[in-house]
Amino acid sequence: MADLKMTSVDKIDVAYVAHLARLFLTDEEIRTFQGQLDHVVAYVKKINELDLKNVEPTSHAVMVQNVFREDVVKPGLSVEQVMSNAPATISDQFQVPKIVE
Amino acid sequence: MKYLTTIGLEVHVQLRTQSKMFCGCSSEFGAEPNTHVCPVCLGYPGAMPVMNREAVRKTIITGLMIGSKINEFSKFDRKSYFYPDMPKNYQISQYDKPLCVGGSVDIDVDGGIKRVAVTRIHLEEDVGKNMHFQNTSGVDFNRAGIPLMEIVSEPEISSPEEAFAYLLALKQILLYAGVSDCNLEEGNVRCDVNCSVRQEGQNEFGTKTEIKNLNTFKGVLNALKYEVVRQVETLESGGNICQETRRWDVDTGVTIAMRSKEYAHDYRYFPEPDLVPVVTTREQIEELQSNLPELPRYRRERFVKEYGIPEYDAAVLTADMSVAGYFEQAAKLSSNPKAISNWIMTEMLRLLSEKELDIRTVMITPSALAGLVKLTDDKVINSNSAKEVFAVLFDKGGDPNQIVKEKGLIQVSDSGAIEKFIEQAIADNPKSVADYLSGKEVAAKHILGQVMKLSRGKANPQLVGAILEEKLKVEKQKKNG
Amino acid sequence: MSFNVRNMTVHEALSLMERRECTSEQIIRGLLDEIRAVDGRIDAYLMVNEDDAINQAKAADRARAEGKKGKLLGVPIAVKDILNVRGQQCTCASRILSGYVSPYDATAVARLRSEGAVFVGRTNLDEFAMGSTTENSGFKVTKNPRNTDYVPGGSSGGSAAAVAGGEAIAALGTDTGGSVRLPAAFCGCVGLKPSYGRISRYGLTAYASSLDQIGPITKDVTDAAVLLGTMAGWDEMDSTSVKIPVPDYMAGLSGDLKNMKLGLPREYFVKGMDPEVEKIVRAAVAKCRALGAEIVDVSLPHTEYAVSTYYIIATAEASANLARFDGVRYGFRIKGASDPIDMYGKTRAAGFGPEVKRRIILGTYVLSSGYYDAYYLSAQKVRTLIRRDFENVFKQCDALLAPVSPTVAYRIGEKTGDPLQMYLGDIFTVTANLAGICGLSVPCGVNKEGLPVGLQVLGPAFGEEKILRIGHAYESAST
Repeated sequence: MADLKMTSVDKIDVAYVAHLARLFLTDEEIRTFQGQLDHVVAYVKKINELDLKNVEPTSHAVMVQNVFREDVVKPGLSVEQVMSNAPATISDQFQVPKIVE
Repeated sequence: MKYLTTIGLEVHVQLRTQSKMFCGCSSEFGAEPNTHVCPVCLGYPGAMPVMNREAVRKTIITGLMIGSKINEFSKFDRKSYFYPDMPKNYQISQYDKPLCVGGSVDIDVDGGIKRVAVTRIHLEEDVGKNMHFQNTSGVDFNRAGIPLMEIVSEPEISSPEEAFAYLLALKQILLYAGVSDCNLEEGNVRCDVNCSVRQEGQNEFGTKTEIKNLNTFKGVLNALKYEVVRQVETLESGGNICQETRRWDVDTGVTIAMRSKEYAHDYRYFPEPDLVPVVTTREQIEELQSNLPELPRYRRERFVKEYGIPEYDAAVLTADMSVAGYFEQAAKLSSNPKAISNWIMTEMLRLLSEKELDIRTVMITPSALAGLVKLTDDKVINSNSAKEVFAVLFDKGGDPNQIVKEKGLIQVSDSGAIEKFIEQAIADNPKSVADYLSGKEVAAKHILGQVMKLSRGKANPQLVGAILEEKLKVEKQKKNG
Repeated sequence: MSFNVRNMTVHEALSLMERRECTSEQIIRGLLDEIRAVDGRIDAYLMVNEDDAINQAKAADRARAEGKKGKLLGVPIAVKDILNVRGQQCTCASRILSGYVSPYDATAVARLRSEGAVFVGRTNLDEFAMGSTTENSGFKVTKNPRNTDYVPGGSSGGSAAAVAGGEAIAALGTDTGGSVRLPAAFCGCVGLKPSYGRISRYGLTAYASSLDQIGPITKDVTDAAVLLGTMAGWDEMDSTSVKIPVPDYMAGLSGDLKNMKLGLPREYFVKGMDPEVEKIVRAAVAKCRALGAEIVDVSLPHTEYAVSTYYIIATAEASANLARFDGVRYGFRIKGASDPIDMYGKTRAAGFGPEVKRRIILGTYVLSSGYYDAYYLSAQKVRTLIRRDFENVFKQCDALLAPVSPTVAYRIGEKTGDPLQMYLGDIFTVTANLAGICGLSVPCGVNKEGLPVGLQVLGPAFGEEKILRIGHAYESAST
């Protein structure tokens, strides 16, 4: 099983993945999660014991297709409503720290 | 050392729809910030996307126009990355099952045709717009969720000029297909370009850079010109090209490396569980195929063949689908398509642009234009009068024959009447006659002008010229005799 | 007062109001008294909006006086704080959504509202429905009303505790891997997880979009049928909802099990499970046989891979679903961030609790470059095998009987240090979500300490009529 061989050497890199997910963790959190998730990953890996070569993946539990809406404009939210939920605003926009491109 | 350039383009085209890709918010341009938003396009908790039928249809039409294979099974995927203009911090896009695969766009290169292969066309949602203030930024989500079609070319473009030609050809196709307004000022077409250079004789591609978010075709041309030179100079001076994302600074005319977004390329695509697959049957594809407009290139070639007009005329006329349609309607009613073409290319296009009008709604009908051409060809009116009639037709419409009658513009080809005008002109302009007789041949032109004036423009100019020549010959003999 | 709100069911409340023996306002006031009396001990609610609930009740009473009809006119429903109700908070028990006020009704809520239901308050949950104990709430720990030293189960623990504790007539929960059925079992009430696509998910804050379903938590099976009938059916706002007619679920509650063939999946009766739970469930199976059902042994061979499959798929989807909580458009934002990345990283670190962080990290990992095929894609394939297992057994029988959980409720704090052990407790419930089928949890007894045990009835996709009929027959025979 090629998959098993590969996964046995791979270990979750909590610090890297947390950054990818934009979660700034403390060192202690990283240590704790690393230990816990190593166990979880070792456990969930066992699905690769199965022979899945000729199995189609299921991404939807129901066999539905082609659900469309017609191209018609419907009223949305008012700018007041939208801004009232915003943590910070500027000129009816969502204010964020300066974006550097 | 000679270098070869390799360019690939990703063109993002805003589709012409009333509403957004996954919600009923208006896709209208230029509204006040955050006035075309709802829980779906703001990524509110619990909101769910539903596909816009028209956006899917228009993408498939585009694919058919360029000869793509339409995937019978297509699906949407989530593409994850964090950015303030992203309402969900994932973009709904298409990864491994785009709507269209393959196809090509023909471009004109050095008098020949080059076929640029297209890899795929997929559909996705646009992001919001960041605005920059003094010490902070703001985000407007009106644009978030507007349907975007991404057309990805193969890296087969070998110069900035070819890239430019590709964009022009693509735009023409999109306009013909009616899938996008291609309004560059409104950001309807935005390009990411990949570019690399390599020494002639080297097989593998050089390291490429990507220039993102170019929103004019000239921008693409200039950015690529700069980038090619930069890469060649870097290599020539012994440097290396880094694989990086750059941006084009219009003001300074240079490309600048963007602050590298760490981990930016781990997009974690997976199938969008909130949407269901798009399955297009062969019958649906055939139905769309049978209603496709003719490709601009085919039309152009056909105009040359069917109507015998020059290649240049055909190119000008087919640049705009409605102009081409107008020409064809008029040409079919006329035995002189070249004259029809001349009218459209000169007077018509000039007046349309002066008065900011659309050829689809002009007063002068194709059959009126054909009628006007016939009146000229039959020498019923002369070219001066024809211009006058055209102006009337353009402003008010109507029947050219009627206008000619009403205005009394029928050409005078009666030689007796013309002789009288000439005799009077000779009598009235002794100085010009004297000048002519003393060898100043141009003086004859002045006399001819006087004749036309006396006839109020209606005299047949060829006839006037011939008779006048005779008369002046007689005068000359008199003088010499 | 001549009525008892504590034990009142939806159908009892409706008939009392129809007979003009009480008003909606009286029921709500009674309920608010109960909440005041017991919620300090149980902590089922995150928010109770007394004035608003009374106003809604008064409006319902006026409507009734004017002769207006509504399948739930004046009936109070408690709502898990993960479903959007216009004008109310929707915290998902997370600090990251503090301050968010929903501008819209979830479709299920809108359908209940249009039939006259009154929305009393918001119930507690494991943050973003991630958990099986309701200990992972960002705000407080809900206790099991049967014994407050024990967890109510999760993630819809607040809804189950409110119903079991007499603080709600009925409630809505959501079930991604057992989050309706498990707390219903632990608290001794009825919980229904409808088939995927039966009830619109629009307005349900997504945890794992391909697994989530809204379900009722009620005092009896009849109420579950009433609420399901009101909420079910295709919705243009949810592309994954299914256009299948909604049957009259009440009409199917015949009270017997004649001509029914019920399967016992052998993988659901395994060593390691609490022997007392097994004994109680087997007694319930015997009762179903006595009611006329034929019992057959069946096998669901891929069951042992279900927990792995579930945790890969659910966390992967969750990692994307929860990416939107970034402090830009609504909810909590950390102060003083230097740039957008800093703001995201700190806002999310401060806004999410540890279980949510763990799952986001796991989900991000299984989707990340180089790991997708080994985890996510494989899990989707195993999902196919699990689905096929069910398709096969439903060729042999009408429905399945099984325990909801291998154990009764845990003590509070008992398993919080070991996530994997906690995850393994979901073994009997996650399969229904992976396969998209429906499942019902019906109380079937208590252990020596008086902690309830749930009988799980699993039916084929869109077979809710069958499982409700089975649950109802069993319930009628047991009380």
